[in-house]
Amino acid sequence: MNEPGKRSLNYPLRRREVVQELLKSREGLLVVAGLGAPAWDATASGDHPLTFPLWGGMGGAVSIGLGLALAQPNQRVLVITGDGEMLMGLGSLSTVGLQQPKNLAVVVLDNEHFGETGMQTTHTAGSVNLAEIARASGISSSWTIREASEISTTREKLLHEEGPLFCGIKVRAETLPLVLPPKEGEILQKRFRNALMNENGD
Amino acid sequence: MEPKKEKTREPQTWANRIHEVFKSHGITQVSYVPDAGHSRLIQLCRDDHDLRTVVLTTEEEGVALATGAWLGGQRSVLLMQSSGVGNCINMFSMIRECRIPFFTVITMRGEKGEFNPWQFPMGRNAEKHLKLCGFEIERVEKSTETQQVIDQMVKQVFMNSSMGAVLLSQQMIGVKTFSDE
Repeated sequence: MNEPGKRSLNYPLRRREVVQELLKSREGLLVVAGLGAPAWDATASGDHPLTFPLWGGMGGAVSIGLGLALAQPNQRVLVITGDGEMLMGLGSLSTVGLQQPKNLAVVVLDNEHFGETGMQTTHTAGSVNLAEIARASGISSSWTIREASEISTTREKLLHEEGPLFCGIKVRAETLPLVLPPKEGEILQKRFRNALMNENGD
Repeated sequence: MEPKKEKTREPQTWANRIHEVFKSHGITQVSYVPDAGHSRLIQLCRDDHDLRTVVLTTEEEGVALATGAWLGGQRSVLLMQSSGVGNCINMFSMIRECRIPFFTVITMRGEKGEFNPWQFPMGRNAEKHLKLCGFEIERVEKSTETQQVIDQMVKQVFMNSSMGAVLLSQQMIGVKTFSDE
């Protein structure tokens, strides 16, 4: 019996809709999309040169976001990742807590499962609360949402409030059709840098 | 944590020279997991308000940080000791696939004079691991060579979008006085 593992099958929020909402009319937003489903979710909302989707580097999404946020202090940086990826890089929340980047927001789409590898439950199906870890790491604006009614205020906060910000979004555990971004890492990084330089008029 | 205040003027050391090289190549983010051998360089970087220093919980964060910095148009360097190489290996796949220019300065443990045998496995194999991951590697044995070797490597890394590591030998960093005058 694995009851905690079944709970998330009925969560009301659907990951693709959540990401669609977060990324609508994104303007100058810089996005890092974590390995696995979050990268496919971001791509389903429209492949974009200012999204850096990860095909590897598990545990590194928040650190990439931090390096980017420090390099571009006038641009909002949004990291969208999953619970499995976040759990592998929990220390990076401490590093962000110490650096206090005002322009960095982190979203974890938490379906309480390793979605790409056979839907095994993660620690968040049990005892672990990621937003509380983030808060205890020094990211004082950290919260969790579960309902559709909370999405628009969450989006406002993530995009406009002073960072660092962390939001755990409990989403339904579901297997969705793959929507894959380009795979070649060199192309992904170059198109990101080119788009950013054009945007900044450099 | 603050270094002892010296009464006399501090001599120029290899650490000062590495710091100068970072500046001359426009490096702006310096991440690290400390090592006693790096302590002076870390302090110099922390005291420099044009550099952003980022203390990490594990070295692989620094590889990811450098990726983000590069995406955002900045140059980053990672300071670590040889044991940290093992912590980075999977993250190195990312910078290789994405062709992110990446530079690291590694203080060696597990060499001559090492008192902790648990340092031997990574100390003896760090260079081989780095090579397998696609790094160009230079070793520095004499402090007088540091500046030139690091300068060359940084140049190469950012000109060719490659991965470069400079290993500082334990014998060099282990000497009590860091002065090379």
